[in-house]
Amino acid sequence: MTQHDRHRTTRRAALRAAGALALGGAAVAVTRTPAAAQTSAAQEAARKAAMQEAIRQVVGEAKVTEGKVTVDIPPLVENGNTVPCTVVVDSPMTAAEHVKAIHVFNEKNPQPNVFSLQLGPRAGRASVSTRIRLQDSQTIHAIAELSDGSFWSGSAPVIITLGACLEDLI
Amino acid sequence: MARTLINVPPKAKRGDVISVKTLISHVMESGYRHSTTGAAIPRDIIRSFAASYNGAEIFRAELYPAIAANPFISFHTVATESGTLEFKWEGDNGFAQTASAKITVE
Repeated sequence: MTQHDRHRTTRRAALRAAGALALGGAAVAVTRTPAAAQTSAAQEAARKAAMQEAIRQVVGEAKVTEGKVTVDIPPLVENGNTVPCTVVVDSPMTAAEHVKAIHVFNEKNPQPNVFSLQLGPRAGRASVSTRIRLQDSQTIHAIAELSDGSFWSGSAPVIITLGACLEDLI
Repeated sequence: MARTLINVPPKAKRGDVISVKTLISHVMESGYRHSTTGAAIPRDIIRSFAASYNGAEIFRAELYPAIAANPFISFHTVATESGTLEFKWEGDNGFAQTASAKITVE
């Protein structure tokens, strides 16, 4: 065996070892995710019901019409810990006709509310951005209350690869 | 004291819609996580954010644990007059922080 050959062998061995490690890592990740992310069907239904309840608390008995509200969220997100989320409401934002409040809800987090905000005609434009946490792939719902008392809604689906609440603690 | 980062255009024309961006350093601990020993980590979040323009409130937000750590909030307002924009964050465990930014309106 020449010096060169010996070098190759060790390199191959090293690569093989690295491959085995990577596979092992993947196996750990695969087995870990379902265990950590387990939300049973019953739990999911309960959380959806909680969202409906949270929406009812804001809206009351008023009718919610779909439209005017745009939820801008990336369709595929790797990390559920920080998901950029923009809500835009189509409104002239004048003293006579403006958006009074925007409420954002989620379906699958432990708590249905994401944020609620109050605006007025001084906002000039009904557009807000923030970064949110999402535990699982789901639909984000936004409800806007207009100055005439009507409620409008919009929603956007989002797929999360790694949900919030799964990160390692130090 | 939490660090804050505010972005308000220093100059604007009267009547312009300006974009205001705010960021504050905060863990926003959701209260749904557990430590490595299994103990629940208590909730520690910022619950409310308010912005005022020369003393008049123009924007208010209620935040929940679903807001990511280091809350970033961006909104718009109409530049009406020169003055100060004041921002106030309030949260769990008596957390309170204020920040301000000046704007010149021509």
